[in-house]
Amino acid sequence: MAELTIRDALNEALREELVRDENVFIMGEEVAEYDGAYKVTRGLWKDFGDKRVIDTPITELGFAAVGVGAAMAGLRPVIEFMTFNFSILASDQIINHAAKMLYMSNGQFNVPIVFRGPNGSAYQVSSQHSQALEAFYANFPGLKVVMPSTAADAKGLLKSAIRDDNPVVFLEQERMYGLKGEVPEDDDFTIPLGVADVKREGTDCTIVARSMTVPLAMQAAEHMESEYGVSVEVVDPRTIKPLDIDTIVASVKKTNRLVIAEESHAFASVGAEISHQVMENAFDYLDAPIKRVSTAETPMPYAKNLEELALPDVPKIIEAVKAVCYI
Amino acid sequence: MPKTRVSGKASTGTNKTSKNGKGSRTPAAVTEDGKELFDPEKAQEEYNKRKKSQLESIKNTSADVLREMLYQMVLGRHFEQKCAEVYRIGKIGGFCHLYIGQEAISIGTQLQLEPRDFVITSYRDHVQAMVQGIAPEAVLAELYGRAGGNVGGKGGSMHMFSKEKNFYGGHGIVGGQIGVGTGMAFAQKYKESGGVTLCFFGEAAVNQGIFHESLNMAGLWNLPCIYICENNRYGMGTSQERAMSISSIAKKAESYGIAGEFVDGMDVMEVREATARAIERARSESRPTLLEIRAYRYMGHSMSDPGKYRSTDEIKRYQERDPIVLFKDSLKEAGVLDGKDFEKIDAEALAKVQEAVDFAENSPLPDESELLTDVYK
Repeated sequence: MAELTIRDALNEALREELVRDENVFIMGEEVAEYDGAYKVTRGLWKDFGDKRVIDTPITELGFAAVGVGAAMAGLRPVIEFMTFNFSILASDQIINHAAKMLYMSNGQFNVPIVFRGPNGSAYQVSSQHSQALEAFYANFPGLKVVMPSTAADAKGLLKSAIRDDNPVVFLEQERMYGLKGEVPEDDDFTIPLGVADVKREGTDCTIVARSMTVPLAMQAAEHMESEYGVSVEVVDPRTIKPLDIDTIVASVKKTNRLVIAEESHAFASVGAEISHQVMENAFDYLDAPIKRVSTAETPMPYAKNLEELALPDVPKIIEAVKAVCYI
Repeated sequence: MPKTRVSGKASTGTNKTSKNGKGSRTPAAVTEDGKELFDPEKAQEEYNKRKKSQLESIKNTSADVLREMLYQMVLGRHFEQKCAEVYRIGKIGGFCHLYIGQEAISIGTQLQLEPRDFVITSYRDHVQAMVQGIAPEAVLAELYGRAGGNVGGKGGSMHMFSKEKNFYGGHGIVGGQIGVGTGMAFAQKYKESGGVTLCFFGEAAVNQGIFHESLNMAGLWNLPCIYICENNRYGMGTSQERAMSISSIAKKAESYGIAGEFVDGMDVMEVREATARAIERARSESRPTLLEIRAYRYMGHSMSDPGKYRSTDEIKRYQERDPIVLFKDSLKEAGVLDGKDFEKIDAEALAKVQEAVDFAENSPLPDESELLTDVYK
């Protein structure tokens, strides 16, 4: 095991896949000479050159389209969005083209492409740079959606995403790039898409968290254990689509209580979907209505205090756990 | 007649063309933006001026190729007329965009491709799919929404595909395929295959952002992509004059430092030669080209278009320069084919269309188990 930041774990995954398959290339704004806006691609251009690591103009729709066409013609592009907010400009290519190509062509043209970059809020970057878009992309058949929360997951899932034969939306979190974790030292280490991970075992309440809310849920769980003697289980789906609902349902059947913590807005969110699927599969096991902790229904404000107020945090998750446990 | 009226300064290919002396034949009456060539009478004057060289080109092309060109044009015409007919009696659902009047573009460009070359186009894709080698039976059965359709009934009129024939699809979002085609050319260059991509779109797609984004990247990265703007004068019911701030699309190539050229889309030999130059530029120099091929859409935008935005007189004026009639006249004049040959070709094409109808009528509906297949690989 090596201790790596999520940033470096992603970098290792990219490096290893560039070595492994000459059809893999990286394309995006500032990914090459600048070393990546968030340094995820640091050193790759120097080692792999202009052919494999390509700086683009600021032209999100255009380079996403180049990725789709290149993938149809047999390459495996990794398209970096400097942030996923900019992917909205490219969403015609992701949704209308990448997601539908296999179906429209009756199985003839698949699009093995990864769209990756930071999703959600950062630090006071305001309304247009703070959106969590997983529910948007998860709504379209044909796309897979992945959201790692640890360094090991980031590496193992990104490698699987690059090797996957489908378009994968791979959502990172800027606030988490510096988080450290143990990562297996094996250049063939992968984590299959569509498999949840129980990050903390518990018996009294389940928190389903993803990406940024996983570390928050872990802290909330520790607090509930030490302050109230409540044993909290934290489940991280890791892949939003396909969703490993079985692991979530198994946990709820054990704890009988569910809190969903997510960075996106609550309305029509992934949490709403999980809530529905739990209702369908474990309705009789629930001892309390499901609670959600989400970002406030407002564009993200700039002021630090208002931003903090809008976002999920440890106290808000603790409050939700207390509510479902009737404490 | 010049082979290249508008050139990107950065394009060595274009300069080469003018060095051949062909540029010296520019008639003074045609301005740089070629606006007057939208007038069919003016376009015909220009056509007559280059008739001699066209006949020479015909003599330099093998009779088999010329016959195949005419056959494909006639087949495309009859096929689309049949589509209109069966659409009206409810055999075809959804959208149905016909190619009648634009045949010279598909035939003039695609019939000279090699197996390593790719094609991608818009939703007006039936004829391009057939010219690329997809059977008319499969295209019509797709329009019927049948299991024997080109994509098993999952795509319909707008989404023909064939990996085997390097046909990367008909695409339904105006301009979306311009970016995808750019990526296909990127892959050809990346893999050093020597192949080129023909990327078709209508003139209305030029107003989409993706056109600009794509040509900028293709110029910047030297991609072997040939952008073929099929200027049929209307984006649905809005004429180019009402939608575009300048009249020359070919001239936009200058903005990206690439070669651009107007082409008379009613003259299949002119289309063929302009495409040959663009292919050569893409293969030998890995440089893109923008061809603005001016034709005219005889039918409505789709089968549901009442066509109130133009007069029948206008349509008739353009039909005076029908690409099939012009080509037949030239073939006759050059002594390559005669009236009997035309009759034979016509009969062959009609028989092929009838085979397609019979096949489509008898093809079963897709099995319900197909609903959920090929969502993911």
